[in-house]
Amino acid sequence: MKRELKITVNGDLYDLYVEPGTLLVEVLRDKLGLTGTKRGCDSMSCGACTVILDGKAVKSCTILALQANGKEVTTVEGLANGSKLHPIQQSFIDHWAFQCGFCTSGQIMAAKALLDENPNPTRKEIKYAMNGHLCRCTGYNMIIEAILDAANRIQEEAK
Amino acid sequence: MKHYHVIGEDAPNIDGFAKVTGQAIYTFDMTLPGMLHGKILRSPHSHARIISIDTSKAESLPGVKAVITAMETGERRQGAWRRYPELCDEPVLCLEKVRYIGDPVAAVAAIDEDIALEALDLIEVEYEPLPAVFDPMEAIKEGAPQLHDDVENNINLTRHIEWGDVDKGFEEADFIREDEFILPAQSHVPLETHGSLASFDGGNNRLTLWTSTQTPYYVQCLLATAMNLRENGVKVIKPHCGSGFGGKNELFADQFCAGYLARKTGRPVKIVYSREEEFTCARRRTPIHYYLKIGAKRDGTFVAKEARAFSDGGAYTSMGATLLYLTGWFSAFPYRYPNYRYDGYKVFTNKSPSSSMRGYGGIQANFCGESQIEMLAADMGIDPVEIRKKNAMYPNYEVPGQATIASCGLPEGLEKIGEYIKERGNLPKDHGIGLACYGFNSGGIFNWFNTPYAFSGAEVRINIDGMVDVYSLAADVGQGADTTMCMIAAEELGVHLSDIRMHSGDTSICPSDLGAWASRETLMMGNAVKMAAADAKRQLFEIAASKMGANIVYDLEAGDRRIYLRDRPERGLSYYDVVRDAIRAKEGSLIVGRGHYTPHGKGMISPAFSFGVQAVEVEVDRETGYVKILNVFTAHDSGQVINPVAIRGQVEGSIMMSAGYGYSEEMLYDGGKVLNPNLVDYSLIGYRDMPSAVTVDCPTYEPEGPFGAKEVGEGITCPTAGALANAIYHAVGVRITDPPLTPEKILMALKEKSA
Ligand code: FES
Ligand code: FES
Repeated sequence: MKRELKITVNGDLYDLYVEPGTLLVEVLRDKLGLTGTKRGCDSMSCGACTVILDGKAVKSCTILALQANGKEVTTVEGLANGSKLHPIQQSFIDHWAFQCGFCTSGQIMAAKALLDENPNPTRKEIKYAMNGHLCRCTGYNMIIEAILDAANRIQEEAK
Repeated sequence: MKHYHVIGEDAPNIDGFAKVTGQAIYTFDMTLPGMLHGKILRSPHSHARIISIDTSKAESLPGVKAVITAMETGERRQGAWRRYPELCDEPVLCLEKVRYIGDPVAAVAAIDEDIALEALDLIEVEYEPLPAVFDPMEAIKEGAPQLHDDVENNINLTRHIEWGDVDKGFEEADFIREDEFILPAQSHVPLETHGSLASFDGGNNRLTLWTSTQTPYYVQCLLATAMNLRENGVKVIKPHCGSGFGGKNELFADQFCAGYLARKTGRPVKIVYSREEEFTCARRRTPIHYYLKIGAKRDGTFVAKEARAFSDGGAYTSMGATLLYLTGWFSAFPYRYPNYRYDGYKVFTNKSPSSSMRGYGGIQANFCGESQIEMLAADMGIDPVEIRKKNAMYPNYEVPGQATIASCGLPEGLEKIGEYIKERGNLPKDHGIGLACYGFNSGGIFNWFNTPYAFSGAEVRINIDGMVDVYSLAADVGQGADTTMCMIAAEELGVHLSDIRMHSGDTSICPSDLGAWASRETLMMGNAVKMAAADAKRQLFEIAASKMGANIVYDLEAGDRRIYLRDRPERGLSYYDVVRDAIRAKEGSLIVGRGHYTPHGKGMISPAFSFGVQAVEVEVDRETGYVKILNVFTAHDSGQVINPVAIRGQVEGSIMMSAGYGYSEEMLYDGGKVLNPNLVDYSLIGYRDMPSAVTVDCPTYEPEGPFGAKEVGEGITCPTAGALANAIYHAVGVRITDPPLTPEKILMALKEKSA
């Protein structure tokens, strides 16, 4: 039996009907066409599906869509302002912090949640906060540098 | 040194905006109206005869649109060895026998994934299980279960490489070592699994396939053959690809099942591998039993080497055949061995085929070879850097009867590593630094695919506003090939990166290219793109020369959107003006340049070789066996650098993958069953374990490469695992010869040592 799901995604309110077993990632990708959020595993262990749910980074493959009822979700598609990129996105480009890009949405959303909570993380804090977000291409160091740089940029912008 | 406008400076990835905003579309993301979902039924047995297949129940399940089995696909065997049809031994769908857990038996297309999965359960296959064999050393024994009727003792292939007089070399040696190594199966783990979307145009008998691949041209040709279509009745499109690492170089079940099902149903069909399928039914890095013998003079000069490799080839030939040659070739790399002998045996086992993977044959040879050299140096009391310096390849060295090394930055790399180690000084207790030297092909020469086309072809078109369209089938799978090709075109034409528009990954519009393997794109497609751009540039120069009325002794040059006299740069014309005039002069046609590259006069191995040396520092916890990789210092030569930031990306990513091979990654088996086919139990290096890395460039100029460039994507995958083993040895004195070097193995070895 389908149930009603009211969910705000990237600022837009959607009123949907979903099966109780439907995962949040399925709603985002299959129902809303927000394919920026990826899936890289069936074991809740890659982080490619990370989105921000009421301010916290969550793996959207681990959450039932109905658990997000009445809540706010931000996906990678919701970060830029038109063609103006969010500083984290720009910083990922400038530091070559992706290669194939398949993990990138998840990395960026996790980094966003991290910087929202801790605007000035150390390298070590980034390593610990981001651990579990797998990337098979980059070797992580360039992502860490992008996040450090993004933290600076965000603070500069706030000045 | 020549001054460049574009290459040699960091350039952002041309797909950057798409990739950071989620706009980049991967096969995984695609849907088409009316699309069906396909799933593949796979063998639950390691080895069994198929008695019967009954698909009737599955077919009558509401929502199921088609089921296919070998009744449809026929007895046809497929494989990429078009020059050697007997090596194309992989059934499209299994007809008589299954040979590993995961061998494809049937496929269904249904209106949704759940129904497709349910239908798989309804297909009734009766099997007669057969005895199976999993270890190559067992499989070659008399009386072992035989996988292929026509292949005795399961010896799929043998390879022999030899030069000099090895026996005499050993007679002259003052020191000899013999060692054995056992190397594990590593999984490629692309974050995007294999996947395809097929659409069939029944009116014209043509198929379009969007697929996650490193080799669009192979897929086009092999799929056309498998489906009895003409070669250009198949159009392959590679959208953004979530990486491959050598695991997406062949024709796979998702591709042909989607194709067949699309033709049968008349509707688009999409098939995506689950993560478990990716681990168990795709490809893997080849496990090898390695035997090595080395002989040296008292002063450290190598006089002879002998290698034997028995590879656990899995159920079919696949690309593992190339590995068998390459690992033998790389066992003599990157040192000067006057006498060398290699014998390789590729052995069938009841496991998924082992095949190409980044560092193809090199990482295995490197782990064993560098471990042994370090042991030899210890036996002889010679410094590890010195013994390597004494034997390292150098520029213009000729590998006897095999290949000539042109550019080679290894001697300089060893100098830099020596300095680095000196700088590190005395290390704290339980720390150690280990070394490994490496070198790698920039593309392969052997034409086993039997392509009648150039190995790489490219086209450049210049539009009226000066925008340059580049057509290249170089497969960008994340490494940045598209950006590299744009840079090469921009440099040659003297325009900016923003003047270039890339068209790649579509076999119906791009000239042919063999794909992203063997680190071939920068050199091979780079040369083709450069030639195409030069062809277009020459047409611009004709117009510019006549307009300028320049004295014949002056050469023209293009740079920074101008065409000018090389020796009097102030005299020149705007690129845009010249383009407009040139198009007018061609009666309004676009300016089209064509380029191609096929290696000639470069032997049978590779047109050029990258080199480098790496030092890995570790700290070992004697209580837990836990190894912390502290730092990785690499001196790397990939010729003229095209895009420094992209090279760093390749180096760091390779370190991660190679450290994983040495340290934590291994497909674990119970017989033929993979025990850890998921990202929890198969352990990749994560943020916390990734060491910091410093890379210094040893620039060389490679005469065969575009602007002097050569490969970077794979060679650098070779050293980290071996260097790690050497570092652990120097830290705590234990030597482990069967990676990954897990804490359990280290603890065990420490215990044995103290006993
Ligand atoms: S898809 Fe891998 S953690 Fe969600
Ligand atoms: S960029 Fe490919 S997995 Fe991270």
